[in-house]
Amino acid sequence: MIQAAQALPEEATPLLQVQGVRKLYAPGKGVDGVDFDLYPGEVLGIVGESGSGKTTLLGCLSGALMPDEGRVLYRNRDDRELDLYNIPESDRRSLLRTEWGVVHQHARDGLRMGVSAGANIGERLMAVGCRHYGQLREAGESWLREVEIDPARINDTPRTFSGGMQQRLQIARNLVTSPRLVFMDEPTGGLDVSVQARLLDLLRNLVMDLGLAVVLVTHDLAVARLLSHRLMVMKQGKVVEHGLTDQVLDDPRHPYTQLLVSSVLGN
Amino acid sequence: MSTQLANSIDAGGYNFAYLDEQTKRMIRRGLLKAVAIPGYQVPFGGREMPLPYGWGTGGMQVTATVIGQDDTLKVIDQGADDTTNAVSIRRFFARTAGVKTTEVTTEASVIQTRHRIPETPLQAGQILVYQVPIPDPLRFIEPREVETRTMHALQEYGVMHVKLYEDIARHGHIATTYAYPVKVNDHYVMDPSPIPKFDNPKMDDSPALQLFGAGREKRIYAVPPFTRVRSLDFEDHPFEIQRWDESCEFCGATESFLDEVITNDQGGRIYVCSDTDYCRQRQHTTPKKQEAYP
Repeated sequence: MIQAAQALPEEATPLLQVQGVRKLYAPGKGVDGVDFDLYPGEVLGIVGESGSGKTTLLGCLSGALMPDEGRVLYRNRDDRELDLYNIPESDRRSLLRTEWGVVHQHARDGLRMGVSAGANIGERLMAVGCRHYGQLREAGESWLREVEIDPARINDTPRTFSGGMQQRLQIARNLVTSPRLVFMDEPTGGLDVSVQARLLDLLRNLVMDLGLAVVLVTHDLAVARLLSHRLMVMKQGKVVEHGLTDQVLDDPRHPYTQLLVSSVLGN
Repeated sequence: MSTQLANSIDAGGYNFAYLDEQTKRMIRRGLLKAVAIPGYQVPFGGREMPLPYGWGTGGMQVTATVIGQDDTLKVIDQGADDTTNAVSIRRFFARTAGVKTTEVTTEASVIQTRHRIPETPLQAGQILVYQVPIPDPLRFIEPREVETRTMHALQEYGVMHVKLYEDIARHGHIATTYAYPVKVNDHYVMDPSPIPKFDNPKMDDSPALQLFGAGREKRIYAVPPFTRVRSLDFEDHPFEIQRWDESCEFCGATESFLDEVITNDQGGRIYVCSDTDYCRQRQHTTPKKQEAYP
């Protein structure tokens, strides 16, 4: 809790402000009015059962899904406030390539499976104008090392990688332009427990070293406890509980959160 | 118009240059737009032509649209004037439009081509029409049309370098030898149809008008005269064109694009100019190289 408090200096301005975001597919299906602020360097966990609107919310925040109502404000590197759905599409897309990263649940959604690991890492750099092969190569090797993949595999396609390696490659591909905000959708989903543990360890170190702000969607409370400073619990598109992670998990107030916490196996 | 009508009667009931006038108007509107926005792919209502897709239907529709009675047509296929595709398309227009045809690059006002730009420098007033199989250079990496259009509009061309990066990673150099992507007028990235990259520098600042027609994909694009055309590359792996250690067997040319021709079963081979007209002109002006057939 102390650690989390340090990450939240009193007078800091929020990096991301979410105001009344609503995106409904049917009553109770989707996101039904969500507000929160995210501060620089903060990890916000969003938990809830399947169908509670977590992924839809993440889509709305990351520019992939236009909300029916509400605003998403982002403060960029130049300290300008951008209204995500009111800026030109070109600006929004360039934001996604430079200051933001999106880590998908399935690595093949976020990777180009047909080109080598090095090209996957270099793509964002090329998109922002790097035209020097040697530099791209260096960045590729150093980021592979960073995410604990043997740099000798730089010319192999992600098809030949294991699930855990693909997920780590996806993270490297996103972090290469040193983003400030990363959206993660179940980054450990579909991985076995030992691989999950290594990935979580890696993520935690990267987040701390780089001072990343992260919005982390997960249904796994253990992942949320390990990574996030603050926690939001969602049910049927609404936020039912919101607070510091330890507080929410150790002393759940809302009946649904109590159910969620008590239903964790081996707890 | 009246002379065109007379011509169409000669052509056995077909309109001048096969296509009807309304279709030509539609394609001309597309061409005007294409010339106004160099490198931008303009959709058009492609017509059925009396030959299969992949044989130059796009190029033929453009040629049929821009050609007039006073034009002289040259058609080349892989640089040669005497290959099947070139012969049949040339005869097609000789019959349906009654225009003069030629094999000499400098005499032609409209040149339809597949795979090559003539070695003889083009002049102002000439029109070069390319037959294009796949117009979108982004297609290989992004299959969604909506997405590629957005990428073109926003100039998101980073992925083009991903392909070149892969080449260097695998082969140690940029191994793309044809359909080498170019940036036109510092905006649109364009696929110059399957010409060898040897010909890419000829597109830059060319005095001739260059028109591209893709029949199956129904797209037209253009490079107006004196437009900047730059081949994509890396700072530490600059764009290079092919070079040969050999020279042309017939005319001795060292600066032209050479085809390798196998002459027998014992591994005998010779190199000859791919541009037959250029080779013939040189044979007239320069003494023939030693006869070297085995």
